[in-house]
Amino acid sequence: MELDGNALAGDLREVFAGDVTTAVFTCAGCGHAGAVATLRVWEPAPGLVGRCPHCEDVVLRLVRTPDRVFLCLTGATRLELSLQDEI
Amino acid sequence: MVRAAVPRRLTWRVATVVDTRQETSSARTLVLDVPDWPGHLPGQHVDVRLTAEDGYTAQRSYSIASAWPSDDGGQVELTIQRLEDGEVSPYLADVVAKGDQIELRGPVGGWFVWREKQPAPVLLIAGGSGVVPLMAMIRARGLARGRQPFRLIYSVRTPEDVCFADELRRRVRDDPGLDVHFVYTRKAPEGSPVPPKRIDVAAVNSHGWPPDFQPDCFVCGPTSFVETAADILVALGHDPKRIRTERFGGA
Repeated sequence: MELDGNALAGDLREVFAGDVTTAVFTCAGCGHAGAVATLRVWEPAPGLVGRCPHCEDVVLRLVRTPDRVFLCLTGATRLELSLQDEI
Repeated sequence: MVRAAVPRRLTWRVATVVDTRQETSSARTLVLDVPDWPGHLPGQHVDVRLTAEDGYTAQRSYSIASAWPSDDGGQVELTIQRLEDGEVSPYLADVVAKGDQIELRGPVGGWFVWREKQPAPVLLIAGGSGVVPLMAMIRARGLARGRQPFRLIYSVRTPEDVCFADELRRRVRDDPGLDVHFVYTRKAPEGSPVPPKRIDVAAVNSHGWPPDFQPDCFVCGPTSFVETAADILVALGHDPKRIRTERFGGA
């Protein structure tokens, strides 16, 4: 089923100290920049796959096992995080 | 509450169902007592994890319906729409009972949230159970006696499918500056001058805010609905940066 980057919040919050869904990614494929929350996300793949809403290239892959998380960010050239507005 | 000096990894908590409320024939609200709940912003969600006896787990994300602190002191409410072929929602919508425990973690998500300090008018567009996080925003505004003008356009199949119908009626009467407009897609109420139809430019143009007012727009619903509504907003001249969307699949 199709979701969006908002649905990644819990899994990413488990890895990072802050909320990454508000971070701005830059797509390695087309250069589009947008909030991680706006990624097009499909599940259940072997994990969660986040695609660029502009060109549909894979920006992020997140795979969970019972005791590990694998996060692949090769589709993003940059991640920009605010140091304010922390929740 | 003083924040812990060392940030803790987000962990699963055991929540207890203290009450349930049937909202429609297919949607039910679970009122949860969550120990040490840190509070949440309207629009945030939680992940819910169910574990079967054989160890199989299923995890889904659900928007929080309640404001924090809520009118009755502060509980977390989830309003779950049952999807017939779903794996998790039928259990939460039909089976879970008062006294049962479920695992959840959160609150999470800081993008699709409304903050009381935002002064702009707000346009909320809901498709079906996409109304849940938007209801949290309406409740938070009511609780804070916010003066930001709010408009909700709520697309729903039939009048019987409207979640929070009584509360919305009451709030339109009691919360100054809140308007609600329904778009019925399958069956309109008796005597409605408008036949059932999907959300369109006319509905958003007539019942939303003009783009000149620079409203914050929040759109939540199934993917196709969200795309249609967001496209209409952009076509009407709204700044894409002020349009926040949340899509949900089914399960």
